[in-house]
Amino acid sequence: MLNRFHRKAKGYEKIFCAAISIFLFLCIWQAVVSFTKVGLVLTGPVQTLSALFRSIVQPIGTHTIEGHILWSLSRVLVGFLLGSTVGIILGILMGWFRVVEAIFRPLYEIIRPIPPIAWIPLSILWFGLGEPSKYFLIFISAFCIVTTNAYAGVKAVDPELMGAARMLGANNRQVFSTVVLPSCVPHIFAGLQIAVGASWGCVVAAEMIRASEGVGWVIVKGQEGNSTVQILVGIVAIGIVGFVLAVIMRAVEARLCKWSVRGK
Amino acid sequence: MEKNDIILQVDHMTKSFGDLKVLNDISFNVHRGEFLCIVGPTGCGKTTFLNCITGLYNLTGGQILVDGEPVDTKKHNIAYIFQEYSTMSWLTVEQNVAFGLKMKKMPKEVIREETAKVLEMVGLTKYKDYYPVELSTSMLQRVVIARAFAVKPDILLMDEPYGQLDVELRFRLEDELIKLWQQLGTTVIFITHNIEEAVYLSENILVLTNKPTSIKKKLENTLLRPRNIMEPEFIGLRNQVTELIKWW
Amino acid sequence: MTENMINCTNMEKTFETSRGPVPVISDVTLQVQENEFLVLFGPGQCGKSTMINCMSGLEPVTGGSVEVNGKRVSAPGADRGVVYQKITLFPWLTVMGNVEYGPKVRGISKKERRERAQHYIDLVGLNGFEQSYPNQLSGGMQQRVGIARAYCNEPAVLFMDEPFGHLDAQTRYLMQEDLMKIWEKEKRTIVFVTNNIEEAIYLADRIVVMTNCPTHIKKEYRIRLPRPRDYVDPKFLQLREEISAVVDKAL
Repeated sequence: MLNRFHRKAKGYEKIFCAAISIFLFLCIWQAVVSFTKVGLVLTGPVQTLSALFRSIVQPIGTHTIEGHILWSLSRVLVGFLLGSTVGIILGILMGWFRVVEAIFRPLYEIIRPIPPIAWIPLSILWFGLGEPSKYFLIFISAFCIVTTNAYAGVKAVDPELMGAARMLGANNRQVFSTVVLPSCVPHIFAGLQIAVGASWGCVVAAEMIRASEGVGWVIVKGQEGNSTVQILVGIVAIGIVGFVLAVIMRAVEARLCKWSVRGK
Repeated sequence: MEKNDIILQVDHMTKSFGDLKVLNDISFNVHRGEFLCIVGPTGCGKTTFLNCITGLYNLTGGQILVDGEPVDTKKHNIAYIFQEYSTMSWLTVEQNVAFGLKMKKMPKEVIREETAKVLEMVGLTKYKDYYPVELSTSMLQRVVIARAFAVKPDILLMDEPYGQLDVELRFRLEDELIKLWQQLGTTVIFITHNIEEAVYLSENILVLTNKPTSIKKKLENTLLRPRNIMEPEFIGLRNQVTELIKWW
Repeated sequence: MTENMINCTNMEKTFETSRGPVPVISDVTLQVQENEFLVLFGPGQCGKSTMINCMSGLEPVTGGSVEVNGKRVSAPGADRGVVYQKITLFPWLTVMGNVEYGPKVRGISKKERRERAQHYIDLVGLNGFEQSYPNQLSGGMQQRVGIARAYCNEPAVLFMDEPFGHLDAQTRYLMQEDLMKIWEKEKRTIVFVTNNIEEAIYLADRIVVMTNCPTHIKKEYRIRLPRPRDYVDPKFLQLREEISAVVDKAL
């Protein structure tokens, strides 16, 4: 009954509130930098944003900031696409076929709790310092999350819905393709969204270790050159790109899952 | 307790959401100790109606007075029973019933006495240490009723509390409700879709129209208790209300 | 003499639980004739839905046998349709997609199944809502889709497990009246479970009163009131009192 007390905020109210909160945050940031000693170790928003805009035309190292973002993004895309494809397939198969579950689940349960960063040394030994080791890290992080969600999605299919399909004459294969697959789509999407964030985190970690371009590299170089501005430029760039990715994912999901609560 | 003393006065209550008018100029009075049933067609602004009476929504026009003052849930003692039996699953039956009294910071002694009294009235004394999960639907319903009556509300609002129960059980719980009401003299406003239920319970029936909701008719129900659903007078009143509402 | 559409012989169902076996159906022998509207009426939640599940083949019986249309029931099959209390529409399919689901999985051509689905969508009064998704419909309309979906598969028997249990009293009257009209237009054998006595008497050719857990047959009533029936007809009310008095009291 609690929801009686919560009115849904309207669209323009939400945008208005968001704008106010961001503006206030920037004001406080600026005030802290201008009027306290924090200014010695932190640059203000005006300086940071202008550095960010400057870096659009003026390269940091070998690339402009869009160049760095594109590099990181391409790494994320390769690892994320591979990891989530394999994850969706394995998760669904594990959820649906007992045999697959019995064989792969124990292995998977062991791999799952290992944080992706722990794979960094191994990945360097296996794949060297080039791109493949970065793909591998992102692959691992996306794969684990997506597998978990796809698997849970299949397990969460309403048994009454499957019963209804059987009663209407669907055979096992048809129950799988017409009931199980569509009903785990929202679960998979929840997983994909988390995985995008995690992959993005992984790429930065990977680039901090060894790269000559990418947003993670921008941050590390900033630290090495004692440039707070450059670190902040990298961080803000990550924040903005992450936000844009989440918005895109949500839009795709809203189109695909019109029928579900998550799609609303 | 005087029957003619007005406890709730609804005066030209109007509520719109944007351009959509949901409640249209509704006025009625409820006397202290009255049992009022409100029935309307499916989809009439029942929930809005409730939320306005309890002061949850601001009215677009008109006013609602409890004891002559604008309604205020903090000041006035108004209890609700909804269709979903919202017991607190981590509390025993006794703790559930005592909950409202505790919130009011009553002395421990009073809480114990009042709780025991109400539990006895609904026949749950034996089950006072059970948790809700161990109870059947009808017992849960009794817990909710006991909890509402325990705080001795000025007004008890019931929103279709028996909607999902089978008929037999409903009649039994309705009889218990009437007994509690008669013994405690609480003012009850009972909202339902079920016309037979309204005729069975009420002293007065308020029949609502479809949206924008207004009062179609107020009927007095003078049938003697215990009432019999087969009596011609009962059937007559039931038909009369049905005629006023029927959309199906 | 018409052939029996459903033959339950000494049907038993016991669930094995961690606390030992729990008998749910005990020794039910029941015949349902072709195009009969049979109502299983009883209190409580236990037993009646399990009977539907056993008769439809979703769950195996643990004793006795169930035959539908002369064939022994051992698995779900399209010759038996079910309408559930819980809305079990496929939320990702439109009304049309839901109604044509049965014929579709059974490989009936698009043209034919579309025509058939349209016929039943019209029959339940949902013309114009073919492209709506279930979450855009009211409870009553969703249940109409459920009925159309079951009908569209043209099963020999329809099972309905408290299909109107979640609707308000007035929508319920409407659905009962409409179900009667549908059934009179297109007769089927229907087994209908309810705990609402008014609904039972309004709909049934025959009411079988069941006991609560484990469920077995307590008494049978043949309802001979002319249709459409009147809820406040004295004969209706009298039957209501009479049957209510026989029913076990649920706590």
